[in-house]
Amino acid sequence: MKHLKKDILHPISDTRMSHIWSGIIGDKLAVLALIIFAFYCLVALLAPLLAPFDVNDVHFMDLLNAEIAPSWITHDYRFLLGTDAQGRDLLSVILYGTRLSLTIGICAVLIQATLGICIGLVAGYLGGRIDNFLMRCADIQLSFSNMMVAIVFLAIFQSLFGMALYQQFAMIILILVIGLSEWPLFARTIRASVLAEKQQEYVDAARVMGFGSKRIMFRHILPNTLSPILVIFTIQIANAIIAEAALSFLGLGMPSSEPSLGALISEGFAYMFSGSWWICVLPSVTLIILILAMNLLGDWLRDHLNPKVYKD
Amino acid sequence: MNLLSVSHLHVNFQVKQHSLPALIDVSFTLNRGERIAIVGESGAGKSVLGFSIVNLISKPGYIKSGSVKLDNKELTKMNLRQLQEVRGKRIAMIFQDPMMTLNPVLTIGQQLVETIRSHTKINYKDARNITIEKLHNVQISSPEKRFDQYPHELSGGMRQRVIIASVLLLNPDIIIADEPTTALDVTIQAEILQLLLAICRDNGVALVLISHDLGVVSKVAERTLVMYAGQIVEEGPTLEIINDPQHPYTQGLLNALPQMTLPGQRLNQIKGSMPSLTERPTGCAFHPRCPYATDKCRQESPSFIYSGVSSVACFMIEDMIDETDRDEDEQL
Amino acid sequence: MLIFLLRRLIQACVVMAIISLISFAIQDKLGDPVQQMVGMSVSVEERNALREELGLNDSLLTQYGRFLQNALQGDLGTSYYYKEPVLDVIFDKVPATLELAFCAILLVVLIATPLGVLAAINPKHWVSRILMVITSIGLSIPIFIVAILMMYLFSIEWNLAPSFGRGQTTEVFGLWHSGLFNQDGLSHLLLPSLSLAIALMPIFTRLIRAEMMEVLQSEYIRFAWSKGLSSNRIYFIHALKNTMLPIITIGGIQAGTLVAYTILTETIFQWPGMGFLFMDAVSRVDTPLISAYLIVVGGMFVVTNTIVDLIYGLVNPTVRLASHGL
Repeated sequence: MKHLKKDILHPISDTRMSHIWSGIIGDKLAVLALIIFAFYCLVALLAPLLAPFDVNDVHFMDLLNAEIAPSWITHDYRFLLGTDAQGRDLLSVILYGTRLSLTIGICAVLIQATLGICIGLVAGYLGGRIDNFLMRCADIQLSFSNMMVAIVFLAIFQSLFGMALYQQFAMIILILVIGLSEWPLFARTIRASVLAEKQQEYVDAARVMGFGSKRIMFRHILPNTLSPILVIFTIQIANAIIAEAALSFLGLGMPSSEPSLGALISEGFAYMFSGSWWICVLPSVTLIILILAMNLLGDWLRDHLNPKVYKD
Repeated sequence: MNLLSVSHLHVNFQVKQHSLPALIDVSFTLNRGERIAIVGESGAGKSVLGFSIVNLISKPGYIKSGSVKLDNKELTKMNLRQLQEVRGKRIAMIFQDPMMTLNPVLTIGQQLVETIRSHTKINYKDARNITIEKLHNVQISSPEKRFDQYPHELSGGMRQRVIIASVLLLNPDIIIADEPTTALDVTIQAEILQLLLAICRDNGVALVLISHDLGVVSKVAERTLVMYAGQIVEEGPTLEIINDPQHPYTQGLLNALPQMTLPGQRLNQIKGSMPSLTERPTGCAFHPRCPYATDKCRQESPSFIYSGVSSVACFMIEDMIDETDRDEDEQL
Repeated sequence: MLIFLLRRLIQACVVMAIISLISFAIQDKLGDPVQQMVGMSVSVEERNALREELGLNDSLLTQYGRFLQNALQGDLGTSYYYKEPVLDVIFDKVPATLELAFCAILLVVLIATPLGVLAAINPKHWVSRILMVITSIGLSIPIFIVAILMMYLFSIEWNLAPSFGRGQTTEVFGLWHSGLFNQDGLSHLLLPSLSLAIALMPIFTRLIRAEMMEVLQSEYIRFAWSKGLSSNRIYFIHALKNTMLPIITIGGIQAGTLVAYTILTETIFQWPGMGFLFMDAVSRVDTPLISAYLIVVGGMFVVTNTIVDLIYGLVNPTVRLASHGL
């Protein structure tokens, strides 16, 4: 909170998009990150079309085909990236896993953002006791990391509903838990931006002209807090995907019948030392590249838009 | 021989691919015990000049060419170790905002003692005694108590006194004071200025006072340099400059002083504002704001010439001198 | 200082109240304790008698009150699986986790600080640039992949260190089983603590670098240069202390992440600590153990945060101002 910089944001929003766009073209690394991210999104969207096998097919799982190494080792071109311990084609499973991981990540961050933006706007705009209370909550929430909160809640859910029922709703529960646990980051940034914006003349002007406070909040302040939101949004997706993977790795996330990248890694871990390294390594690499691209994109946006992200 | 001589100093700021000039061909000298002032609006490059003397320009800035000599030793070519010998010990600096100048997590005593101990071999106890004596000299009450306090426990005026004391610890030859009173209350400004003046006079220390306030300058400095957009536009004895300003910019600065206006009248501001580094005008940098500007001013930049009273860089004065010369020729 | 401690205390109480509520809810609602205790072969009447005896038919508020009372007396119930008081089970595992976390933190502080400072002092140097690339890659590798990789390389491929368990321990002061005092214990500690440290290091290196660079821009650092102080004194006395202030705060916030990370590390390396115990308890639906874990971790949490704040107060002189004001 040291530097309440006035120049965090530029008040015009259409030029900002073109500003981002023209800047991103100039930076090779950012272009690469963007391409990778776009590629992942595309792959996730088209997974059912791209996957060489239908994961819902009964014959998809065939123990006869278990633990076949990738095609560049075995020259068995039926399975490009080999198969896992249950005989599933690894490429197909990874494609679907990416789809799951991305969906969970993006949905969770959407919840975080909605919750955080609303709370941040309310706290910043109303101020006083409500602000104090909400920020105190944010403090406490933030001091438990999202991962820890998620682990605890998922553990409780799992023991509460039993394994079978839990696995049915795993995806929704994961999205909710990750989504509800890290709103303070958004809320604080928005609140700080609102406090800075509140000083500016156009908010006063809008108030003088007789617009209601809700209208002022959403029509004037929200567009101007877009840059920091965009930065946190990008980085938080990466964090949410990591969180999901970690939870699945612990066995608290997606079941092995419907594996996300984390669940795949977890499954592969058991076979890592028996020589079937690909089951664990290939999903890991997929995950790391995705997160790296998201982080690079987030870093670049932060450097380029230069908003102060309020973490402490 | 001059104690300090700056000649043809060019300082540039590297902003992405562009190298923007911040100081252009600055030359001046300073004698032992002399007090000079550098005056101009903010953005004129006064502080950059102050910092470039001890090679402390902030990051994108660098010395492009020219020389700064202290006792005939070139400062711009020195390595860090040699510079550390000069800084503090020969040339000391006082900064603008005393609230920001002292390290918040170290005590006053730690910050003063380290200055002595980094330049002289002396044990802690002696250093402490010298420090307390100097704190006493700058009229700080109960210096023993202050010694163990942190900066945030002191007022702004008190901190500036501590900084002056720290500057005095090593008996430097030159003190560069960058707007030392700007951040302080008006009542304290005069006290600090008096203190600074007395100290320089008593110890024979030369002073380079950087200020935007001609009122302050007239009380302290013997000689004044007026800067505009990185160049010195007028130089001469302070009294002459205040009573008979030659350059239109100096005239404008003087007219803008509140004392020069009758009560109730508008202040005589100079129209327009200082150009930024990126949009420096061609010709004389002052011409867009100058009431006497001609086509020549827009194209060529004037050179620095002696007008009989002070040295000025302005075509108007140049022409006037030419005319007097011609008149004298004709009379012969 | 007093206000500061008071605020801490209130915050701690709120946190503990929330945790105890959650723990209570788990213990009360999860599964049927009667069934857990007596199995299937007991008649309905006998069960009801037992329910009555256990106070399960009382109002929720009375039950919560009783739960709190017992908790304050150090009685959090008996583990279904171990058939021992849960606190004993947990405290048996505390040393392992604390030693792991402590070593990891030590490694982070000892490695991340100099690296961050170095990168801040010479941001253009090739070492700093490579460091920034490595840390940004490191930030993108989830801790469990780091741990798997470490295990694979050091334990399977090169056979340098054991991959699971805690090895031999020695008893210190009669109450602490420590692995720090013999070679076998230390070699077992190596991989888990290193994995944990590597997972935390990138973010701290980057934070220290960013903060340090900001501090180096400040006026007081420039003033220090103008006094002709040596570079070492400026970097390590003037700048580092100011750099550490925000880092300490962020370090406190990361305590929760550390707990989550110990759970992951302990699971992978089968480190017999609290995290491993917790995951075991989850898979066995050992509810008293789960709820006791939450309370113990919550308590540790509050203690760590208080310690972090105290350290902050010691380093930052402006915090002490509060005590003058009172």
